[in-house]
Amino acid sequence: MRPVGYVRARSVEEAAAAHAGHPGARYLAGGTNLVDLMKLGVESPGTLVDVSRLPLDTVEPLPGGGLRIGATVRNSDLAAHPLVRASYPVLSQALLAGASGQLRNIATTGGNLLQRTRCPYFQDPAKPCNKREPGTGCGAREGGHRDHAVLGHSPSCIATHPSDMAVALAALGATVELHGADGARTVPVGQFHRLPGDHPERDTVIGPGELITAVVLPEAPAGLPSAYRKARDRASYAFALASVAAVLEVADGVVRQVGIAFGGLAHRPWRAERAEAALLGAAPTGENIARAVDAELDRAEPLRDNAFKVPLARNLARRVLTGLAGPAARP
Amino acid sequence: MRPTAATSTLAPASGSLGADTARLEGRDKVTGTARYATEQAHTPPGCAYAWPVPATVARGRVTAVDTAAALALPGVLAVLTPDTAPRLGHAEDPTLAVLQDHRVPHRGWFVALAVAETPEQARAAAGAVRISYAAEPHDVALTAGHPDGYVPETANGGEAGSSRRGDPEAAFDAAPVRIDAAYRVPPLHNHPMEPHAAFAHWDGDRAEHLTVYDSSQGANAVRTALAQLFGLAEGRITVISEHVGGGFGSKGTPRPHVVLAAMAARHTGRPVKLALPRRQLSAVVGHRAPTLHRLRLGAERDGTLVSVSHEVATHTSRIKEFVEQAAVPARVMYASPHSLTSHRVTPLDVPTPSWMRAPGEAPGMYALESAMDELAVELGMDPIDLRVRNEPVTEPGSGLPFSSRHLVECLREGARRFGWGDRDPRPGVRREGDLLTGTGVAAATYPVLVAPSTASATAHPGGTFTVRVNATDIGTGARTVLAQIAAGALGAALSAVRVEIGSTRLPAAPLAGGSSGTASWGWAVHEACAALVDRLADHHGALPPEGLTATADTTEAASAAPAFARHAFGAHFAEVQVDTVTGEVQVRRLLGVYAAGRILNPRTARSQFVGGMVMGLGMALTEHSTMDPAFGDFTEADLAMYHVPAHADVPDVDAHWIDEEDHYLNPMGSKGIGEIGIVGTPAAIGNAVHHATGVRLRHLPLTPDRVLPALA
Amino acid sequence: MQHTATGTEPVTTASGVTLRVNGTAHTLDVDHRTTLLDALRERLGLTGAKKGCDHGQCGACTVLVDGRRANSCLLLAVAQDGTEITTVEGLAGDAGDGELHPLQRAFLDRDAFQCGYCTPGQLCSAVGLLAEAAAGHPSYVTPPDTGSPDGPASPGGPAGLTPAEIRERLSGNLCRCGAYPRIVEAVADTAAEAAR
Repeated sequence: MRPVGYVRARSVEEAAAAHAGHPGARYLAGGTNLVDLMKLGVESPGTLVDVSRLPLDTVEPLPGGGLRIGATVRNSDLAAHPLVRASYPVLSQALLAGASGQLRNIATTGGNLLQRTRCPYFQDPAKPCNKREPGTGCGAREGGHRDHAVLGHSPSCIATHPSDMAVALAALGATVELHGADGARTVPVGQFHRLPGDHPERDTVIGPGELITAVVLPEAPAGLPSAYRKARDRASYAFALASVAAVLEVADGVVRQVGIAFGGLAHRPWRAERAEAALLGAAPTGENIARAVDAELDRAEPLRDNAFKVPLARNLARRVLTGLAGPAARP
Repeated sequence: MRPTAATSTLAPASGSLGADTARLEGRDKVTGTARYATEQAHTPPGCAYAWPVPATVARGRVTAVDTAAALALPGVLAVLTPDTAPRLGHAEDPTLAVLQDHRVPHRGWFVALAVAETPEQARAAAGAVRISYAAEPHDVALTAGHPDGYVPETANGGEAGSSRRGDPEAAFDAAPVRIDAAYRVPPLHNHPMEPHAAFAHWDGDRAEHLTVYDSSQGANAVRTALAQLFGLAEGRITVISEHVGGGFGSKGTPRPHVVLAAMAARHTGRPVKLALPRRQLSAVVGHRAPTLHRLRLGAERDGTLVSVSHEVATHTSRIKEFVEQAAVPARVMYASPHSLTSHRVTPLDVPTPSWMRAPGEAPGMYALESAMDELAVELGMDPIDLRVRNEPVTEPGSGLPFSSRHLVECLREGARRFGWGDRDPRPGVRREGDLLTGTGVAAATYPVLVAPSTASATAHPGGTFTVRVNATDIGTGARTVLAQIAAGALGAALSAVRVEIGSTRLPAAPLAGGSSGTASWGWAVHEACAALVDRLADHHGALPPEGLTATADTTEAASAAPAFARHAFGAHFAEVQVDTVTGEVQVRRLLGVYAAGRILNPRTARSQFVGGMVMGLGMALTEHSTMDPAFGDFTEADLAMYHVPAHADVPDVDAHWIDEEDHYLNPMGSKGIGEIGIVGTPAAIGNAVHHATGVRLRHLPLTPDRVLPALA
Repeated sequence: MQHTATGTEPVTTASGVTLRVNGTAHTLDVDHRTTLLDALRERLGLTGAKKGCDHGQCGACTVLVDGRRANSCLLLAVAQDGTEITTVEGLAGDAGDGELHPLQRAFLDRDAFQCGYCTPGQLCSAVGLLAEAAAGHPSYVTPPDTGSPDGPASPGGPAGLTPAEIRERLSGNLCRCGAYPRIVEAVADTAAEAAR
């Protein structure tokens, strides 16, 4: 880790100006991943622009329904927020499935979205990695990749996105608010993270100097069924082997609203659009759910050592959707 | 004290031998004032920090080290390289010959050391050192039939590399019931919570005395190694290991960090702290070597074993032969007229393996006790009955009588406590929603080891006593039990006894390892105290101001043991649930019942037993390291990837014991208890998973990637 | 720490910072790379917080920042200006009469540690856990409709600390000695005592 400058921003505008004014600047919020990567020599910012104390730490209901979550709201506070627990249990559960109590106290909403893959080849500067150092190759493809992607990977990168929270946000159809030199813009969470393609070094569509200011959740009535389930190597404090977030509203015996996303399977939270399309308007029977999930996972291209992720994700999704559908799913 | 149903024992008075006694250093540990190796009350003026540079090729030579960029960074004092590092004397342990030549025997081997004013500067400097290598093709892949494999003369612990009794192949072929199964235990890492760390400074006008605070399981061995390497008389070196944040074998031998710290301190003339980064540990402080097992059990239809064969393939490094003695427990456990045990080791371009809690027994008993369970299923026999049926009269491998052996009692007492009698033996029939549940049992064994030790005991005028011995408390409660032993031998109250341990300034003593600490140190403490009692009896009048001191040396007594086979035994029981949706396995209950001689402090003993079982749970379900064939290192280099069990993995774990009297051990009548807890746990859990699912999985750990496909 | 952002300014790599630790203010110049953990251990002589992994993967460095548990190995000291930090050394209070925090007492009573290296982190984490539960924070194993038999979630009430809840909430603190069962008992004892 080389010597680094530090400035603390008091406003979004000040943060953006400081970022623009310092070569190699990086925003620092909770730092749970950035400081980790700096120690590993994976990240070498010239200056840290501390945004952790910006006044972006509130969760506010929006007039037209929905919630606006400030970018510096801590993961633990978001998970415990009464409105989140009442209307977006999938988000609360996903947050609580990630990391540990003390890490969730530090980590922020914006930082969680921007956390980087835990691929061990990415984390070791002495090994090839197209994401860390474009053009050096992928160490994981022939090496250890039991934890890696089965969907949407490319010859250059098979890493997975590590966030649990982002999976729930994708299923909920949330939107990311960004502030940049050209002003503000919004991006759906489902389009915020990229697939690796030929440019795995770019995790997201965020532009240089752009700052996440908020995440907006669409309206959801209290009691809208949603849930998150995660499978992992130990019972807690481990990244997902596979996970699923789902929202499912059934009315008059058919699916009225559905959102499904997978974690641990791809370079981004994997919004299961084919499965959603197959279920929307259909009766949420066990059979229909199974068919919809298969429609999504039939696209999987497992690697040498991670084929287990496909049945794992299939089982998780079926169980979660069946649970949300309630009696309608039973034969 | 936990009396068994058959015995009833009055609780001994608090503080005396056998009494539930709180840790003497407990208050220091809960208030954060217990000082570990690099934790000085005040960082000494001029203290520098060292950060090693690991090799990034698996095999080859360092051809050049460019230190210019590193030395140009602020605060950097030195970069030691194979060209510039001080020359050391002969290293008996080749892993300590750091920076002495240009050869790279494995990835992660230290090839340079940065020293700077602050930890941040040292880390940055290490990252800026540029090493050039002449890399050579490497081989890190262990296979059972690797052409370079050989049967060593001895395996770890001095055990014979192979053994043969009768005609095991013919007996197996002729047996009416046969199990022939292959098991695999992956490489495992100790990962004590305190990484290996040392603080070193040289004192005197000509730097004639070296003082080292080291996170070690045995300060005397560290001093001996440093004396050889730096060409000093042992009297010119002090090694202190007052509090040690765990070791589990990985701190049982001197490690390269302490050599580097002393080297850096000498080179820079500064006190130097060196705490190894967690990610570097996997390559330089040992690991449990992977073991590939072939088990052949041949039995009569009534369950009587006629042939037991246990063949183990494992790896070692190119620079040091370490052979995980996993076939040895088969020489101890069950009667059989025909038997074969063997180890076949292959030197590869891998880090040097070493001790990890119950080396040999832990992986060996996983395989043997899994095979016994398979045999019980094949026979349609209760697995406890099968073990009882094959209980030997004398130790099968040696023919020696046992000093004591109460395995059957452990199995029966455990069965009673666990509710084993109600068990439906059919596998795969207990379903609760998506969960399948099952129970399993396995036996455990661990040898009774003892090493010579010295100690002293002093009576002070005020009626208090000081006992001195260079024991190490790595979390076992050694301080406390030694005080109990002393109080008992002196006939004094515990509060009147002060124990000094953890420094080479004290009477020399062996390491905390092989579950031998209490027996070895305690024997010497007992003898010193007994001698002091004699001296006091002969003394008339007031004690002199310096008190009266007696010393003891057990070299003769501890070496002249009678011809007995001496082992602790135990039985492990597990109940598991297997999630058929995810393949996740959770342990619901874990019980261990032990016959381990006299239990000297039930409170700390229980913690030792339970702690071993928790590590066994990790071995069964969560822990594994993977040797990366392309890069030659362990993929799981940190605690995010190497899954030590977390709180949520561990249910209530219960440990009990049989009151066992054994007069052929030591004056305390104790057997070691630090390792046996891990030994039977993985097989008990694996057998429970079979009972739950009907599927026999033979590769550890039982993670969803293995379990879920097997359920399909 | 007065380096507020004003666009372009020369980059300095160290700053003065005031760390309030266990009620005492310490003003020191820190390299911006210095973590709170290293500042505590190497600069302030407070070695209670332990360095087990230095990457937020073990919890041994857990301290309380403004009353909330946090991994001090991932916090930069320079960013902690103005916060109130409590380490294990500060748990017993400043009465100076040797009175231990109830959790420290419970850890002793239950033999909830062996080597002791994870213990300060377990203790600070448990202090934070009890506060979080009292504030009604859920965990991954908290049933979604906590404490409400007749309707939707009624979050906000104190969370019941079953052994499963304590285990999940303390899972960010690894213990290689395997003292987990005793630690859970010690925390349950303390929670029960506090509830009385």
